Amino acid sequence: MSTPAPTFEQSRPTGVVRALTDGWVVAKRNLIKIKRVPEVLVFVLISPIMFVLLFAFVFGGAIDTGGVGYREFLIAGIFAQTVVFGATFTGAGLAEDMQKGIIDRFRSLPMSQAAVLVGRTTSDVVYNVLSLAIMALTGLLVGWRIREGFLDAVLGFALLLLFAYAVSWVMAWVGLMVPSVEVINNASFIVIMPLTFVSNAFVPLESFDGFLRTLVEWNPVSALTQASRELFGNVDPRGAVPDAWSMQHPVLYTLLWVAIILVVFVPLSVRRYRLSAGTK
Amino acid sequence: MTDMITATGLVKRYKEVEALAGLDLTVPEGTVLALLGPNGAGKTTAVRVLTTLLKPDAGSAVVAGVDILADPDGVRSRIGLSGQYAAVDEHLTGFENLEMVGRLYGMGRTQARARAHELLERFALADAGDRPSKTYSGGMRRRLDLAGALVAAPPVLVLDEPTTGLDPRSRVQMWDVIRELVASGATLLLTTQYLEEADRLADDILVIDRGRAIARGTADELKSQTGGERVEVVLADPADRDRVRSLLGEVASGEVGVGENGRELTAAVDGGVGALRRVLEGLERESVAVLDIGLRRPTLDDVFLSLTGHATESDQPTTDPSETAEVTR
Repeated sequence: MSTPAPTFEQSRPTGVVRALTDGWVVAKRNLIKIKRVPEVLVFVLISPIMFVLLFAFVFGGAIDTGGVGYREFLIAGIFAQTVVFGATFTGAGLAEDMQKGIIDRFRSLPMSQAAVLVGRTTSDVVYNVLSLAIMALTGLLVGWRIREGFLDAVLGFALLLLFAYAVSWVMAWVGLMVPSVEVINNASFIVIMPLTFVSNAFVPLESFDGFLRTLVEWNPVSALTQASRELFGNVDPRGAVPDAWSMQHPVLYTLLWVAIILVVFVPLSVRRYRLSAGTK
Repeated sequence: MTDMITATGLVKRYKEVEALAGLDLTVPEGTVLALLGPNGAGKTTAVRVLTTLLKPDAGSAVVAGVDILADPDGVRSRIGLSGQYAAVDEHLTGFENLEMVGRLYGMGRTQARARAHELLERFALADAGDRPSKTYSGGMRRRLDLAGALVAAPPVLVLDEPTTGLDPRSRVQMWDVIRELVASGATLLLTTQYLEEADRLADDILVIDRGRAIARGTADELKSQTGGERVEVVLADPADRDRVRSLLGEVASGEVGVGENGRELTAAVDGGVGALRRVLEGLERESVAVLDIGLRRPTLDDVFLSLTGHATESDQPTTDPSETAEVTR
């Protein structure tokens, strides 16, 4: 005979609904932290500004981007790089919660097993929204312009956020496996740096040759960058049509990656969370 | 009386070491069982298995009538866990921490808030309720963590080393809080390294070592198994040894032990202070000078030594990775 659970337990929603309601409770908790430790936010926002300025003024004259000015070419690349790096927060946040035993508390509660991850990945979108806004403003100041319609631009930002959201599930999985925040920061740097540099984010596709060129063409970060450039109207209308399918249909190709990443890493991360023995 | 926690043959291995090597335990409803053992005995692993944080490699357990393997979510809604380290979010206020836990137990907003206020009041945290918990003292954090375990008023409470790392005053406060809980009828499993703590809080003590139960009984029963209280004498001059030994022999309940250096003599006694007084009188009568004399109550070390034949010192291999972390923190 089992002892009855408390009465408020009985009418609980299950499955996805519960993952979302519990996830929202966890997301609110993470958002409170952004409010209480504003220093984190300050640095999150300063680094993209620094990137925009560094690339615009240091490499600006040295890289030939055809019919489009380098600064205009660059901004979408910086957007892509920054939001992908933003995913590191997800992993770092989870690794920290794990270290402090807060994951244990969550895991001992009768809450959805996906909620901590849903909440974390959702609240981290806020960082990316804010840094995109700051970067866009900085970009406008140094000469970047949105040349397509307003709706296209909104779609461009949405695509960036969506892709970053998917990557944050990869980082969630990594964050649950590594023992500390320092490890996750270094690990993500090692992966994300090459991913964003071996792409068309900072230099045009045409400047790569051979095998590297193929790599760049099929790199999802290239597709994301290309898609945002097109949606913001930062491409040379008279430029050559790229050969690779991924570069001809960058929006579709990016969405494909988003779907694949989510299908693989949402279940993987949730499974990892359920099994996580904690680090202490 | 029904058992609220029953575990049978729990086994958990970490690589080569067995953190749990076939642990059995039962906790009858409304009672307190203390798991007593040194670091690495398997206490935390046992707690993690019983609270569904860890799956055992073998064995089974039923908590509040629910099988931990068949329905872990059902177990989670019937237990409250307070861990070894206060698992509160330091950026959230005390109130926000408790409200969040209430929401995650499935309470509505109003109910979760009311419960949070009630618990802050009960744990003397009402004044600090609107401050981020990182401004709290260690004792306050522990109380907040314990309050978190009580949000849903669960029938079974599991406290993993609730006072480890607290200063003596906070420890006594914590004991008072736990005693109140017990008086209100909760079933409680607690782990501790301190015999004194087990003694004060628990109805029954289960001594565990290397992942198995090696003794069970009340504090008094365990102490008497280890020989109860002892009179210890440190001689100023080893030449007095035989005279003092015979003095001790008059009050001893067993053999009189002599330390390796020949200066320290120990005798288990039944009479406590009375025995000590008789020894002191004897020493004065015979004008024997001593460096130190005292009545020692058995410590966890003594209990261990007598039950296992090995001490609880840290040279014993630590078998539970989940407990080695605390050493490096």
